[in-house]
Amino acid sequence: MGGLADAAARRSRTNPAAVVAVAALCVILVLTWLGPWISPNNSQTLDWLHIAARPGMQSSHWFGTDRLGRDLFVRTLAGTRVSIAIGLAASIISLLVGVSYGAIAGYIGGRTDHLMMRLIEILSGLPLIFFVIFLTVIFGRSEYLLFFAIGAVGWLTMARIVRGQALSIRQREFIEAAIASGAGTGRIILRHVVPNVIGPVIVYATLTVPQIILFESFLSFLGLGIQEPGASLGTLIAEGAGEMEAAPWILLVPGSFLAVLLLCLNIFGDGLRDALDVKDG
Amino acid sequence: MVPTLSVDRLRISFSHRTGIIEAVDGVSFSIAPSECVGLVGESGSGKTQIFMAAMGLLDGNAQVSGSVRFEGNELLRVDGPTLNRVRGSQLTMIFQDPMTSLTPHLTVGTQLAEVMVTHLGMPWKDARSFAGRMLERVHVPEPKRRLTQYPHELSGGMRQRVMIAMSLLCEPSLVIADEPTTALDVTIQAQIIELLRAVRGEFGMALVLISHDLAVVAGLADRILVMYAGSVVENAITGELFKHPRHPYTAELLKCMPSVTGPRLDRLPTLAGQPPRPGEVLEACPFAPRCPRAADRCRVERPQLEGSSTSQVACHFPLTA
Repeated sequence: MGGLADAAARRSRTNPAAVVAVAALCVILVLTWLGPWISPNNSQTLDWLHIAARPGMQSSHWFGTDRLGRDLFVRTLAGTRVSIAIGLAASIISLLVGVSYGAIAGYIGGRTDHLMMRLIEILSGLPLIFFVIFLTVIFGRSEYLLFFAIGAVGWLTMARIVRGQALSIRQREFIEAAIASGAGTGRIILRHVVPNVIGPVIVYATLTVPQIILFESFLSFLGLGIQEPGASLGTLIAEGAGEMEAAPWILLVPGSFLAVLLLCLNIFGDGLRDALDVKDG
Repeated sequence: MVPTLSVDRLRISFSHRTGIIEAVDGVSFSIAPSECVGLVGESGSGKTQIFMAAMGLLDGNAQVSGSVRFEGNELLRVDGPTLNRVRGSQLTMIFQDPMTSLTPHLTVGTQLAEVMVTHLGMPWKDARSFAGRMLERVHVPEPKRRLTQYPHELSGGMRQRVMIAMSLLCEPSLVIADEPTTALDVTIQAQIIELLRAVRGEFGMALVLISHDLAVVAGLADRILVMYAGSVVENAITGELFKHPRHPYTAELLKCMPSVTGPRLDRLPTLAGQPPRPGEVLEACPFAPRCPRAADRCRVERPQLEGSSTSQVACHFPLTA
């Protein structure tokens, strides 16, 4: 992989938008971890003297407070952290499940592939919102359930992408050569098929993170996701939407965080796709 | 003495939406230890499919009957793990196109070492240094540096040397070289043929050389099998075959070879007509429509391969010396 990574690094330097996006992502990540130490406020304490205060440098509430007097700077950072964590966790689940499922279906092919793909079609036919509501009714609300529910559905597209790639790689001569050299099916999938699909997989995974963050925000906005007093970008935006006319900053602060985060992740994913588009042979 | 490879009444057919296509039609031959056999035939004559069957590489729609035994053990209709014990170690294959036969994202060293780790249970470190020594034996310059390179960093000839090194790692008793020089340019071709000759002397394994080019096979093979339309039509010691071809097809093929010393020709002679389309069921001799010696008998009765083990011909009216 050394050659691929080097070439990718070389090319990404010529793509300034991607470099800026990565830098912005790093700043956001560092802020979400350091936030509680920078600001004197706590994300859950109520400041009765400053209810729905405007943003400004006069008090310690730099981004203002919400209608219960909680500091928006700290809450937004905490919410961003939760959103990113959900995005990453669900992407990793979808990556692991999707890549192995897709590689097995594509490489083995035939009837196995047929059955495995029909199962995916059935699962992707399930209405996602009902699925999540159903799960929350049965198991109660929790962050882990949310990780699981989103990850459980997110792997479907990944599996389809990997399966398509594996189908074409299966026809390549080096696979024939690997079989002829006595490698077993498992070894061929792990060493010869999966590493060759890693390019499109990484790109798709970086593009799934923002999708999942957006979806989580949507679920939380509907009241199915993270619950008070916890916060994610979605719950903060839902809260802000109610106060939009009187105190627009309660909506604008988490809203712009979400927008910047999604934009950066998407530009980063796009840049990665260009950078990893390496010719083999 | 147990032959290294014995193929007995091997038939391979493929089911296709247009019907069943016979690719190999009842082929029998055997290869003795350390013998070098050339297998010659035009595209579609089934020469590669015989060894695809031996290596378990046939496509899913293939039907196989007959038997292929390697050192006495049946290779057909056995499961993958059983086959994996011999393929890649005792029975190895060199593929046509070295540009696409190496996995692009693994270094040459890793790919070579993996063979020994899999088959001999060697530790990775030992396997890598052994791989380096093997590259040296197939005359790859700077073997230490090659180990850390990726296939795309090597030239075609160099990659074919790597493939040859890979096929020799576990001291095989049979190496199958499927058109090993077709994808390379002429000067490299000569080098690779020379290397195969040297390696054969050094390792003493049996070698099958599949080619559509008689000239490639001539210098290396002890014995030549000529295939036409899915069956072997002539089997002879190399020198005899060139001097006294007995099957009309072989004779016509030899006429098509340009000679360096002979008179200068304006046009190279060619063989008129086309081989039968795969799928055509033949009661007659498959070569009859193109054969200058064909008689009525050739069009109704299919000739069988007959003769001693070193001189066989499938023809009703073979040429005589």
